[in-house]
Amino acid sequence: MTTHFVGDTAVLTGRSLRHVTRSLDTIITTAIMPVAIMLLFVYVFGGAIDTGSESYVDYMLPGILLITIASGVSYTAFRLFMDMKSGIFERFQSMPIARSGVLWAHVLTSLVANLTSLVIVVGVALLMGFRSGAGVPAWLAVAGILILFTLALTWIAVIPGLSAKSVDGAGAFSYPLVFLPFISSAFVPTDTMPGPVRAFAEHQPVTSIVNTIRDLFTRQPVGTDIWIALSWCAGILIVAYVFAMVTYRHRIS
Amino acid sequence: MTTQSTTTSAIRVHDLVKAYGELRVLHGVDFEVERGSIFALLGSNGAGKTTVVKILSTLLKADAGTVSVNGFDVTTREADVRRSISLTGQFAAVDEMLSGRENLVLVARLRHLENPGAIADDLLDRFSLTDAAERRVSTYSGGMRRRLDIAMSLVGNPQIIFLDEPTSGLDPQGRIEVWRDIEDLAARGATVLLTTQYLDEAEHLADRIAILHGGRIIVDGTLAELRKLLPPTEIEYVEKQPTLEDVFLAIISDAGNDRSVGTDE
Repeated sequence: MTTHFVGDTAVLTGRSLRHVTRSLDTIITTAIMPVAIMLLFVYVFGGAIDTGSESYVDYMLPGILLITIASGVSYTAFRLFMDMKSGIFERFQSMPIARSGVLWAHVLTSLVANLTSLVIVVGVALLMGFRSGAGVPAWLAVAGILILFTLALTWIAVIPGLSAKSVDGAGAFSYPLVFLPFISSAFVPTDTMPGPVRAFAEHQPVTSIVNTIRDLFTRQPVGTDIWIALSWCAGILIVAYVFAMVTYRHRIS
Repeated sequence: MTTQSTTTSAIRVHDLVKAYGELRVLHGVDFEVERGSIFALLGSNGAGKTTVVKILSTLLKADAGTVSVNGFDVTTREADVRRSISLTGQFAAVDEMLSGRENLVLVARLRHLENPGAIADDLLDRFSLTDAAERRVSTYSGGMRRRLDIAMSLVGNPQIIFLDEPTSGLDPQGRIEVWRDIEDLAARGATVLLTTQYLDEAEHLADRIAILHGGRIIVDGTLAELRKLLPPTEIEYVEKQPTLEDVFLAIISDAGNDRSVGTDE
């Protein structure tokens, strides 16, 4: 059956990408919230936030990019949930195809849709004055980290997508993920936070990822943050993948 | 190589048992379906009809018993079973964001067939969906969706077709159209197993009827055999009134005449 894996996954990915291109509102909605938060922070709160010498839009863009992904993956859960509910998932599973291609198609679609939203958000940031002196290797490193983070959150999204009982349930998991950057170094330096909050902020995945991307954008040495960031992403990816597979086997036994 | 058993049975189910946790749904189900026939599995809601279909189509694993489809054991030869069958589930499993034609092309590609476009056009024609081919399925009526759903099941001419409550939720006209399609399938040599809770549907379509009740097949036979189970018919004379369905169908088939039964003028 594995002989068809690539071909079947390609056909199924083409199908769910059509869902994205035919409901462009999902990409725009994904981009609107982070853009709104960016406008709010830069033009309302930003003046009162002291981040040192950097311009505030440069400072907070990494966190905004993570929020974009966190809200984008809720559509992945939604699309998967709709496939489960409509019965088309079962139709595919009863056909002579590489079965795992059905899930991988959703994962690849999630990657494409989120990268598109990220490009829109970076475009708006450029209009708002975001500038980076980063060279091609640094941009590629940023893209690599964002792709890894998207994959990790996408596999988290697969779990409610497969197991939710309602549309609202399928998307609810993304709220805490969207909220996580607010308790991190994404918008304010963590050393202004009270002890326990600071301890949480400095030891949750978003801070190391934000710091790494920020250092790459500002051409600073990334230090050990990049390894912590990559370990978080890889760890979340593996754990989420394992749980997604358990959920999948449970649903399609 | 796919070796096919020489038996004439397309489907054999022996002593099939399935429970969901504590809830025992099937307690030893036995039946066989002859090649090229239409077999109806009749039962009320929750009798386990869908569970049987899911096990036959490799979506669920049985707890005990042996099940073979097209001569292949469903647990050890899953891939061969999937190549032999197609499943039309209880709800029309069509992709609403795609057009009717795109849905058919998708299935043809996944079945690794050549000329997916030509296969799609052929089926659209056969199911009278050519005019709606390029429209998104979200604009289709319930009957059109069901017909597309069945058409999708026929891509690649599978030998055995499972139809789980194919007419539930359809209006009388849509139901008759689906009936015609099912008869057409059998006429082309496919084996059809359908589940239904409508007695008249089983009576109308099936060569053989099995009643699933309390987790077992309690009766299995042709319509004539089932009729013999009842005491001999008593002859009574009743005036034959048209049913509401007859009236409904007669009126709507006259759509061109713009007929009205109103008396308000």
